[in-house]
Amino acid sequence: MGRYVVRRLLQMIPVFVGATLLIFLMVNVMGDPVAGLCGERQCDPATAARLKKEFGLDKPVWQQYLTYMGNVFTGDFGTAFNGQEVTELMSTAFPVTIRLTLIAIAFEVVVGITLGVVTGLRRGRPVDTGVLLVTLVVISVPTFVTGLLLQLLLGVKWGWIRPSVSSEAPFDELILPGLVLASVSLAYVTRLTRTSIAENRRSDYVRTAVAKGLPRHRVVVRHLLRNSLIPVVTFIGADIGFLMGGAIVTERIFNIHGVGYQLYQGILRQNTQTVVGFVTVLVLVFLVANLVVDLLYAVLDPRIRYA
Amino acid sequence: MRRAPHARRAACAVAVALAATACGGGDGGGSDTGAVLSASWGDPQNPLEPANTNEVQGGKVLDMIFRGLKRYDPRTGEAKDMVAERIETSDSQNFRVTIKDGWTFSNGEKVTARSFVDAWNYGASLKNNQRNSYFFGYIEGYDKVHPEEGGTQTADTLSGLKVVDDRTFTVRLTQKFSTFPDTLGYNAFAPLPRAFFDDHDAWVKKPVGNGPYVVDSYTRGSQMALRTREDYPGPDKAQNGGVDLKVYTDNNTAYTDLMAGNLDLADDIPAAQLKNVRNDLGDRYLNTPAGIIQTLAFPHYDRNWSTAGAEKVRKGLSMAIDREQITDTIFQRTRTPATDWTSPVLGEDGGFQEGLCGEACEYRPDEAKRLIEEGGGLPGGKVTITFNADTGSHREWVNAVCNSINNALDNERACTANPVGTFADFRNQITDRKMSGPFRAGWQMDYPLIQNFLQPLYYTDASSNDGKWSNEEFDDLVDRANRETDDARAVDLFQQAEEVVRDHMAAIPLWYQNGSAGWSERLSDVRLNPFSVPVYDQIKVS
Repeated sequence: MGRYVVRRLLQMIPVFVGATLLIFLMVNVMGDPVAGLCGERQCDPATAARLKKEFGLDKPVWQQYLTYMGNVFTGDFGTAFNGQEVTELMSTAFPVTIRLTLIAIAFEVVVGITLGVVTGLRRGRPVDTGVLLVTLVVISVPTFVTGLLLQLLLGVKWGWIRPSVSSEAPFDELILPGLVLASVSLAYVTRLTRTSIAENRRSDYVRTAVAKGLPRHRVVVRHLLRNSLIPVVTFIGADIGFLMGGAIVTERIFNIHGVGYQLYQGILRQNTQTVVGFVTVLVLVFLVANLVVDLLYAVLDPRIRYA
Repeated sequence: MRRAPHARRAACAVAVALAATACGGGDGGGSDTGAVLSASWGDPQNPLEPANTNEVQGGKVLDMIFRGLKRYDPRTGEAKDMVAERIETSDSQNFRVTIKDGWTFSNGEKVTARSFVDAWNYGASLKNNQRNSYFFGYIEGYDKVHPEEGGTQTADTLSGLKVVDDRTFTVRLTQKFSTFPDTLGYNAFAPLPRAFFDDHDAWVKKPVGNGPYVVDSYTRGSQMALRTREDYPGPDKAQNGGVDLKVYTDNNTAYTDLMAGNLDLADDIPAAQLKNVRNDLGDRYLNTPAGIIQTLAFPHYDRNWSTAGAEKVRKGLSMAIDREQITDTIFQRTRTPATDWTSPVLGEDGGFQEGLCGEACEYRPDEAKRLIEEGGGLPGGKVTITFNADTGSHREWVNAVCNSINNALDNERACTANPVGTFADFRNQITDRKMSGPFRAGWQMDYPLIQNFLQPLYYTDASSNDGKWSNEEFDDLVDRANRETDDARAVDLFQQAEEVVRDHMAAIPLWYQNGSAGWSERLSDVRLNPFSVPVYDQIKVS
């Protein structure tokens, strides 16, 4: 187990370096960011040159990358074009997105697994068919359609919620956006749990547990569910990274000033420092989430280990 | 505060149920000068310094917290004295500015001649990286404080600026520029308090100005709360208690919030909603011309576009574009087909001349075809229109323009669209002179003067002459207009210069852009100024 962990940690280094380098190259290929800073007119060349120098854009890309990585290790993510430290932007954006992600994950775990268990135990019945149909619809409809539709119905037509989230973004205002963000993954979690439960229902240990005369809820929760959760936990773990990075659409619809918003603004204004900084942190989140999942996997099922 | 609309609605419901009395919702209620309204906002791109703000969102704030020497009348666009008592000149090159007594910044500091001179020196100095420093380019000594690329800065202050006493300073320009005083309403010329220089970081976090509003709190990227200044010495005291500017990630969300009663004023109605906006808002919707014109510029540095017949080809292309239909169907009449190279906001006296472009801006497919053939045909048999695809839904109209050209020329492949991924890359290619055909150009005026629509865009080597067009006759007329001390005669000369642009079809004018705004029932007296920015201080809240 110890060797496995060390190997996984070492593997993270090239992935991290590669991912950040790729982002760096992609952002730089998009053209000179200073050119877009002066609106429709040409930046006056002297000011443009000074700005480039200030942001280190006059150096070759590899040198920019090295300086950048060097600074990142000291916690300096550079300065955005509007004069704000990128770390300052992060400190306002990440808490909001983390809250949103937590709500989404909670929906996936509570609603997704419950539905999965219910349908898995009643395979072929109307409940099962109904949920299967609904999940199919949820998976096939794009998130922005669901989001805009719910916003219009609940926010404008019926007035149950505020259609946009205030700048403080407290938990209660994030419930609907969290549900929208979670919707597709939620459908997958339901289907994954359902299949897993249905499969394990016929296994020997469940039959034994039933034969022992254990109460039904104990058989389901302790024996059936626990063993069926392994693939679901893997999925949810990997989903954390996706949710944080993929919140661009949801955050835009509901006016949430989180990571997705900052990334979108950064890309639109070609703000190298913001984009690279946020993506660097997201890559780290991804890697750590994956590591935790893989470790959990190995802990939960001793048969699955690196050879 | 922001929950107020809901609370009021509930109170109304109760009142209606009990006594069937009308509730002071929109009309009749009278105005409450203490009430705060909420308005949509976008995150400013640059730090909020007067000489560093070149986009509308930051400009909104500067317009609320600053008053300059002059101010453009929100209705007519005319430059009127604000902080200035008088600006005198005898030769259009040396100006003597006297400011009114009694103006103060919101922190109590007096507005003096020095407040202006220091601010302008700061704005011009290269080491401060101000995006708008070129506004000071006419003042003597600019080449010393802001040398061209590669040069070293040899002075910190403009030699053309001299403080005479507390209320007087003089300006010496490098050339005659008769309309110079009228440019002084632009935000870049705003005065700055000492606090700006003493603790710059703190000032940027919470700007202090001399206008009718003060910044109460500012959370970057999400909200700015502005409150009416009680001791404001100016004549245009705000009619409401304040404005909460809320940053929206998307103008669609702002519109939805307006519909749901969470927002009072949205000043950018999304294109997708234009069809419903009359139904949704009725009279609470405004769509008025702004000082913005869209054109197609040409790479005059390219050999294909500088041939003897290229003028005819450009004119032909212009005639092949059905402006009426495109503004009707794609922009839902929020743009007006252009018939000159300026903007209707200038007014007749200011130099706007409807129909100056003549038949060259009318849709005449047959003539277009004939002219292009006479001019030697399209270079290489086709044109490509380059634009940036990331903002402003340019793709739709570029496709429509191409369709129109293709139809007029009876050639499916005469015109194609060439999208560029990002605005920055688009600007890059323009600056590097990489254009081989017409490209999108837009111009938002800095100040409502005909000079601003012509000189920066078409004068030889001017700052925004992206097509590198150069014409001696035009340059000469502009020079003469700038020397002219009489306003009417100056405007007349500028119009003659514009005729030169027309005769050579230096750029194809497409349409004038309108500003739009929608508001809640609480508000009245909502107007947009010629820059398409709401006149916040005049809005009444009931």
